Amino acid sequence: MTLPTAAPRASLQRSDALLARRTPVAKIVFLALFTTSALFTRDVAALGFALVVTFAVAPLFGITPWGLLRRGWPALLGAATVVLSLALFAADRSGTVLVDFGPIVITSTVLGNALSLALRLLAIALPSILVFSTTDPTDLADSLIQHARVSPRFAIGALAAFRLVGLLGDEWRMIAMARRARGIDAGRNPVRWFTLFASTAFGLLVGAIRRGTRLAVAMDARGFDSGLPRTVARPMPWRPADWLLVAAGALLAAAIQLIAHR
Amino acid sequence: MITLEGYGWRHAGRRAWAVRGVDLRIERGERVLLLGPSGAGKSTLLHALGGLLPDDSGEAEGVRKVDAEHVGIVFQDPQSQLVMSRAGDEVAFGLENIGWSADRVWPRVDEVLHQVGFGYERDRATAALSGGEQQRLVLAGALAPRPELLLLDEPTANLDPAGAALVRRALRDAVDADTTVVLIEHRIAEVLDLVTRVVVLEPGGGVRDDVPPHLLAGPLGAELAAAGVWVPGHPAPAHHAANPPGDTLLSTHDLRVRHLSYPDVTVRAGEALAVTGPNGCGKSTLALALGGLLKPAGGEVRSPDGPPHRWRARALAGRIGSVFQNPEQQFVAATVREELALGGTPAGRVDELLTRLRLDRLAGANPFTLSGGEARRLSVATALAARPRLLILDEPTFGQDRRTWIELVDMLAALRDDGHGVVTVTHDPDVVAALADRTLELGPTS
Repeated sequence: MTLPTAAPRASLQRSDALLARRTPVAKIVFLALFTTSALFTRDVAALGFALVVTFAVAPLFGITPWGLLRRGWPALLGAATVVLSLALFAADRSGTVLVDFGPIVITSTVLGNALSLALRLLAIALPSILVFSTTDPTDLADSLIQHARVSPRFAIGALAAFRLVGLLGDEWRMIAMARRARGIDAGRNPVRWFTLFASTAFGLLVGAIRRGTRLAVAMDARGFDSGLPRTVARPMPWRPADWLLVAAGALLAAAIQLIAHR
Repeated sequence: MITLEGYGWRHAGRRAWAVRGVDLRIERGERVLLLGPSGAGKSTLLHALGGLLPDDSGEAEGVRKVDAEHVGIVFQDPQSQLVMSRAGDEVAFGLENIGWSADRVWPRVDEVLHQVGFGYERDRATAALSGGEQQRLVLAGALAPRPELLLLDEPTANLDPAGAALVRRALRDAVDADTTVVLIEHRIAEVLDLVTRVVVLEPGGGVRDDVPPHLLAGPLGAELAAAGVWVPGHPAPAHHAANPPGDTLLSTHDLRVRHLSYPDVTVRAGEALAVTGPNGCGKSTLALALGGLLKPAGGEVRSPDGPPHRWRARALAGRIGSVFQNPEQQFVAATVREELALGGTPAGRVDELLTRLRLDRLAGANPFTLSGGEARRLSVATALAARPRLLILDEPTFGQDRRTWIELVDMLAALRDDGHGVVTVTHDPDVVAALADRTLELGPTS
């Protein structure tokens, strides 16, 4: 039985924005260069530059800067938490005192550290959102097979499993309701809540394994991984623009380092 | 095309052979309906023909020769057969696997989608299709590589009558004349004109009958019906309420759940209500809302004890028993006996239920190892454990052979005559005919 959730999109259109339609592997290489450079940078100006670039290229991925902020709210929340907790609890309180209010002492070092950490978080999270939210999972699997020589057994297998993961939420709700129908609920008892959670999770796991096994048999039945050479029905040429995207990633990564070590 | 001589298969870790002593020759272009009661090994035999029994998963005996380069297989549940998220990619998947080049793949995909009557573009999300449409897509995927042999394992069992008719029409239109077809189906009335030969398996092993379809009209039909096969012309006995309905157990007023709204429903003691309607019209959701498992988005479910979704689980189980479509979702314990004892059912009541639902031999078995019919009986038994006056069942007869079906309907009728309220969500017209005192037909999503 299926539960009525939000109706799925009937037709799966791909974004045709300039950077969104680049080959997924090129997008991932770009992302890896850019975020690795940000990860090894503590300089606030360099990280600020990375973020400005992220928001500037967002429209090229078909996402408005405002849309990026909305999709990235968990990262923004995380960054705010980092600033707040470091400002209150940081051990290193050297530098000029900016605020001195009872137990709360905020110095220039504290603020610099907090800001740098928060910006680093954003400079990694937001570009990742940009790349992954504009990449179709099927295209990603195709591109991994064609450009990164990932085995189809892994890439297509993972793709099929990914589709099943989407069903787990419904399954969880069904099992939870079935438990309630059997007269089992946790009430206000935390121990019972935990055992109930564990047994629901176990039920979910059993169901997932059964479903996965059935899918694997159905895939075998259609000749998947049967030893014949497999072709790709959606050939994905690696275009000069993909090289440009990778080069841009390298340039931006270098620019971040240059600003950091100016 | 197919030669089996004394063929047998035993799954690893089982004492009994799933099939044994099967002698069978099937020529190119034949259409064979494979029959037999539950447990006769029909599915196992079909898996064997499809080469889906790996050597390390059990033990084989005898001769199995299948002379087909490509074999297409369609199983019951479309959800666990779809691999890709777009319809066109789904059909292309099988062609990629056997090495077709991209310029040949797409014309073939369009051709076969047209043949099965798939009415959407290639970009259509497979998740947005109805069950019948999904199953037609699965069929298209199986037919795309032009298989010499097509194996169908109850392809319409999960579908409502309209979806099942779509799939049968696709089978009629899309399968080439020289494709050999082997089909398993419980409900054979609708598929008899698709086949040229009927093979009946004997539960103990071997082939019991091998006849042309028209012979099922004779004494063989009556024999098969007694053995649990649905044969046309042998309707199930009907049971209607002996007494007028009693007090009102539940009623709804302007009920809305999520985005669905429902007509007002009254459920009374001593009455069987059937809820019908096409797939996706919200029948299951109504059952959950009536069963106090989903909170209404608007309107209310009324009962003498207040709205059911507010009750504690313990109180709920004592008033309303819910039986889900998939029994396995309801099992929690390691044995059948523990399953029934859950929530403090007294030992005497457990024994009573075990006997009444013929589960006493299975008291020590793991619920997840039961057959379809046994699992269904156990899920009904668990719903009855706390003696609720109202029983709500979602597609209880789904996938059952005729014998289990009759048992189940008899039992529900007996419960109704004992004064229980019975609500059955179903797309099985025979359940409506044999059991329902009243029918609520839901339209397509309103």
